Amino acid sequence: MPTTTPPVTAPTGVGHLRGDESFPTAARRSLADPQLRRNLRHATTTIRAKSAGVIAEQSDWEQLRTAGAAIKADTLRRLPDLLEQLEEKVTGAGGVVHWAADAVEANRVVTDLVRATGADRVIKVKSMATQEIGLNEALEAAGITAVETDLAELIVQLGDDRPSHILVPAIHRNRAEIREIFLREMPGVDPALTDDPTALAAAARRFLRETFLSTPVAVSGANFAVAETGTLAVVESEGNGRMCLTLPETLITVMGVEKVVPTWRDLEVFLQLLPRASTGERMNPYTSMWTGVTPGDGPQTFHLVLLDNGRSAVLADEVGRQALRCIRCSACLNVCPVYERAGGHAYGSVYPGPIGAVLSPQLTGIEDNASLPYASTLCGACYDACPVKINIPELLVHLRAEAVESRPRPTAESIAMAAAAYTMDRPRLYAAGQRAARLSRLAGRRGRGLPPPLNGWTASRDLPEPPAQTFREWWAGR
Amino acid sequence: MRIALFVTCLADTMFPQAATATVRLLERLGHEVVFPTEQTCCGQMHVNTGYQREAVPLVRRHVRVFDPYDVIVAPSGSCVGSVRHQHATVARRAGDVRLASRAESVAERTYELSELLVDVLGVTDVGAYYPHRVTYHPTCHSLRMLRVGDRPRQLLGAVRGLDLVELPAAEQCCGFGGTFAVKNPETSTAMLADKMRHVLSTGADVCAAGDVSCLMHIGGGLSRLRTGVRTVHLAEILASTEQSGTVSVASAGRS
Amino acid sequence: MVGRAVTSRDLVLGRLRAALAADTAAPVDVPRDYRQAAAVDLDQLAQRLADYRAHVHRVAEGAVADTIADLLPAGGTVVVPPGLPPAWLPPTVTALPDDGLDHARIGAADAVVTAAAVAIAQTGTVVLDASPDQGRRVLSLLPDRHVCVVRADQVVATVPEALARLTPHRPLTWISGPSATSDIELIRVEGVHGPRQLHIILLP
Repeated sequence: MPTTTPPVTAPTGVGHLRGDESFPTAARRSLADPQLRRNLRHATTTIRAKSAGVIAEQSDWEQLRTAGAAIKADTLRRLPDLLEQLEEKVTGAGGVVHWAADAVEANRVVTDLVRATGADRVIKVKSMATQEIGLNEALEAAGITAVETDLAELIVQLGDDRPSHILVPAIHRNRAEIREIFLREMPGVDPALTDDPTALAAAARRFLRETFLSTPVAVSGANFAVAETGTLAVVESEGNGRMCLTLPETLITVMGVEKVVPTWRDLEVFLQLLPRASTGERMNPYTSMWTGVTPGDGPQTFHLVLLDNGRSAVLADEVGRQALRCIRCSACLNVCPVYERAGGHAYGSVYPGPIGAVLSPQLTGIEDNASLPYASTLCGACYDACPVKINIPELLVHLRAEAVESRPRPTAESIAMAAAAYTMDRPRLYAAGQRAARLSRLAGRRGRGLPPPLNGWTASRDLPEPPAQTFREWWAGR
Repeated sequence: MRIALFVTCLADTMFPQAATATVRLLERLGHEVVFPTEQTCCGQMHVNTGYQREAVPLVRRHVRVFDPYDVIVAPSGSCVGSVRHQHATVARRAGDVRLASRAESVAERTYELSELLVDVLGVTDVGAYYPHRVTYHPTCHSLRMLRVGDRPRQLLGAVRGLDLVELPAAEQCCGFGGTFAVKNPETSTAMLADKMRHVLSTGADVCAAGDVSCLMHIGGGLSRLRTGVRTVHLAEILASTEQSGTVSVASAGRS
Repeated sequence: MVGRAVTSRDLVLGRLRAALAADTAAPVDVPRDYRQAAAVDLDQLAQRLADYRAHVHRVAEGAVADTIADLLPAGGTVVVPPGLPPAWLPPTVTALPDDGLDHARIGAADAVVTAAAVAIAQTGTVVLDASPDQGRRVLSLLPDRHVCVVRADQVVATVPEALARLTPHRPLTWISGPSATSDIELIRVEGVHGPRQLHIILLP
């Protein structure tokens, strides 16, 4: 298909879309950590049950999913026009719109905007987009402190750790570990702090209150932006979002271009889908919506940064494009048997789990995250859970083909696959192969191992005894 | 009814007892089973590993071999899932629109065993006898790609002598996933360990499923642990009668 | 600065348009056969508010002041939006009318009393739209207690009905229970940064 510009993926050397090692290597470490395994199992089991309960209450859930998927598919088809409309409406309401082609540019735009205010500290609402681009590190390099105000992000930041879940970034930590991190890293913390979650949340409240009141600039992401009205929406639980969106003089919102929705009315679908699919609530405690600047109420300067960073490349792939429907609910993580065991860090990117396994390699180009599309059994639980019906198994298979076709050949695997395909297209050769396989298995050690690279499977499983007859031999002898 | 058997390469080569049981069951119910011998493999392994181009001749072969038949059955949710959800995609990706539409037509006539019995043949009591404590693992592709729902359980529920026990966390994947078990063996093993724990917790002496691939995985693990629990394909249970006995079923295809 | 921003705008829009240039996807119709409206059930609202640990008080309009008096210590300070009905305030409390109160005074108050714009029964949500009887967003954010008075005619059953009643250009705050987190072992804890107590006075 001819296009005028080749797709441009997210640049290397900035942001957090690429891991240092392959998924199987990183997963091996998580699998060997029994505490992590227990934490993950407890958390994903709990949230699955909560979510299933409130989804069962919503008798029109399937209709909402269908509508949500359709709104997003429609949005993607006319994304450039909708973004221009959004820009016009935000500007008309007193906001300033910036465009960033990639992480480097977005970081520079935000850094310049903060510098222009004279502030050396910003408060932040949890935002996947700013994590994706590594904004905190960029601000740090410019001498600006970024304070994460979401409880889980604070736990991650104080623990010098990495987030491992889209919605609950500290899901890999239990209360005892969180207490230790607070006692070690939180200035002014009460040394008698217990590991009661209520006490831990109260400690975060005390620690952050003064910061909220004294910091003049906030940085947020956005869950939705309405093209028709210029309205932005942030969905949250703790009230740290409201603090950041209300108290400072300047608000800078960084948003992936795919977060736009066409109309105000479209929010009626997503505000029903998102809370039930993500935290398993009928509605999240707080949702803030604002349109540009309101005189006398909230930030008096508002900047909106529209981020590409590989999204246009995802959009160019008509099969892969559906990953841009994602509303970051993380339902797919919570139902994924692979995520539950390997944990979020194994995916290397800020986007873990099934959606990460398809979104990250598309944003970076398949070469940089080639092991991720294989980090799934294709069991399909993610597709059933997705509130916007992203067919993740279909995407995984699609990306596996891209991974194979982007690799130089031959590899041991490609030779084996080509040989198998050759044989299987010739029934006589195939039947001869079946007999040969049986003979070699009978000659070898019965029922135990396979040669590399298949020996990983037989490390913990026995192969069945080969049958005396194949089915086709039995059939021929009837 | 004349029914073409899509045996699947894995059942053909490694688990013929599932396929022979399918043949004997359908014949016992008064149907004619034909086996097109030019069939080999549906290409799922290639597609799921990323070798879609290599899969094109296999899809073409499968479509050519099965196109003449009105009703096609396979004792595998996974392979039927591949036919239904992957063949046309592979053809379209290769630019062969005609093959894609023929593949869709074949897919419409292809059924997983429990679908064929319940939906097409309209039978849930197949007259089977199987005096064992059985737990049923609904394989992911039967469950979520094909939506076979409770059809296998309806069939098992009508088997005389069979004590069906609920498998905890039944809908969780066993960790096989074909290429997944090879590329991510440690994660796969962790998933298998949980599946085996749940199987053993039921006290069943047989773990049944509609896919020999998942059974190979679960059975391989249970065998390594010397648990004494056997894995048996749904077709083998349904093919068992008081006359045939279960001993001969276990060794069917090896005589 | 301006020149660079224009360039990036053209670049991003150009890439997005190029990505769609060879598009074969058909236009999408959005089916809206999900539930749009339903009969209002005040008991459902009360129950779902309570599910998320809001305190619900169902009283007649004339009893609002007495209800608030029972909730707050005598002599307690209450932040008051400019358009709040004066009859709602009991004489036992000290009113702090918002004439541009600074953050410290708002945060130190014992409570804030506001009206609401809309409430949603099925989700247990109240929405504030910064009208004069609700005031600036900060008023309902910093005090530790939020008392919100909802009239029955402001209650709708569903989220679609709520959006239809709201004006997008006003700053909107959707509140479903007190501030909460589930960040520690997925256990819900009420009271993080927003008000730790939410009282809804539901009028007939």
